[in-house]
Amino acid sequence: MTKGIQFDASGKLTHLLTLEGLSRQALVEILDTAESFIAVGEREIKKVPLLRGHTVVNLFFEPSTRTRTTFEIAAKRLSADVINLGVSTSSTTKGETLLDTVRNLEAMRTDLFVVRHAESGAAHLIAQHVPKHVHIINAGDGRHAHPTQGLLDVFTIRRHKGAFEKLKVALIGDILHSRVARSDIHALNTLGVKELRVIAPKTLLPTAVEKLGVVPYTDIEAGLDDVDVVMMLRIQRERMQGAHIPSEQEYFRVYGLTPDKLACAKPDAIVLHPGPMNRGLEIDSTVADGPRSLILPQVTYGIAVRMAVMALILGGREEPLGRRA
Amino acid sequence: MRPEIDIDATLAGMTEALRTYLPRHPVMVGIHTGGVWVAERLHKALGLTDPLGALDISFYRDDFTRIGMNPEVKASNLSLGIDSRHVILVDDVLHTGRTIRAALNELFDYGRPASVILAALIERDGRELPIEAQVVGAHLKLAKNQHVKLIGPDNLALRIQSITGEVSA
Repeated sequence: MTKGIQFDASGKLTHLLTLEGLSRQALVEILDTAESFIAVGEREIKKVPLLRGHTVVNLFFEPSTRTRTTFEIAAKRLSADVINLGVSTSSTTKGETLLDTVRNLEAMRTDLFVVRHAESGAAHLIAQHVPKHVHIINAGDGRHAHPTQGLLDVFTIRRHKGAFEKLKVALIGDILHSRVARSDIHALNTLGVKELRVIAPKTLLPTAVEKLGVVPYTDIEAGLDDVDVVMMLRIQRERMQGAHIPSEQEYFRVYGLTPDKLACAKPDAIVLHPGPMNRGLEIDSTVADGPRSLILPQVTYGIAVRMAVMALILGGREEPLGRRA
Repeated sequence: MRPEIDIDATLAGMTEALRTYLPRHPVMVGIHTGGVWVAERLHKALGLTDPLGALDISFYRDDFTRIGMNPEVKASNLSLGIDSRHVILVDDVLHTGRTIRAALNELFDYGRPASVILAALIERDGRELPIEAQVVGAHLKLAKNQHVKLIGPDNLALRIQSITGEVSA
């Protein structure tokens, strides 16, 4: 899939589809911009007028609560108008194709689509077919990418752990089905972490996973040894066809993040999870609700990160929709 | 090029002019970046006890859709609260008035001040909005393609730059 499509002729971000191929400078610019939006979320009036008059469409072909809500809040805090279209209310059930749906929404003079779809590449497909003044943010496509989740994860790490060069990071769980893992891996490698490990049973590791620039571990205690950041992934029961894990009890016993296993990591290691959590499957409640968990701050930061991406994509356009002749 | 303006004497003059506002127990708010440098000096000279506030108007600019995000947005800090307070808004250069328009909009997202006055180190020609400063350090008349910039934060100095090509607001 092309990464060139994400930038316009002047090198400005025009779609965000994947973190693969984004430079360190581009990532840092997004993170710095997100940092400046944190303060807006802490005010009494949590709204700035940057995207007044712009229309953002949340186009969700796959269910989501957290991602859709945080995109909606982010757009509203930037004063954009937001329309939410869920799969159950969409005309795709009446046989309309994905591109027909998008073309109709374009005809309503919308500016930005936030797209989630069960098929890998759906957001790319749309981005290839929209006119120049319409922008796409991928909010998760199949197993491929979830770039804003990757960004909010690295934002969380930077805020709580500082420079990436010193950090050992472990991703644990369903690497095989996880678009979050792929986005995290691209971002963390570009930002130059000292060491990036993935920990999972062989059945949940993609073949030749080393090629992504990670060190695989099947033993969680060895994999967690001396790490600064523990990134949990959700076991995606809905994407599992066949026997990837023996049983939930057995998986939790071997790979569930419990206080005992977390003790292998550095004493000040932080714990992340993209949600929604399967308590008692990939993570123990004591850890999820414990002092090292940043799972709820991640949600808060996700709003600032999504505000940053939308502001960077829609700002600085010579001919915004509202002012075009 | 440096204009013939003694900044210390100008600040002293502004301080005297602002003294008449002291009975209102004003709060002072500087606009990033140069306005904060000026405000820090006035705040100290006037002996104001409430902490100095700071505004970054990047999210309120009227040219965002044209020029995009400012890469160096500083956090606004108005933790002191401005509800029902008399606010002295401080900037380094009053030019088109657009920065002040944006600052007023942002200010009102933090609360409802009892009153706002504007103090500017330099007032130059080229106003595009009906905005005036109540306290002015010095007046400058410049050509349209000339810009005056405050250099800081330690030793404040003024620079006049000629801009070739398109002049931005």
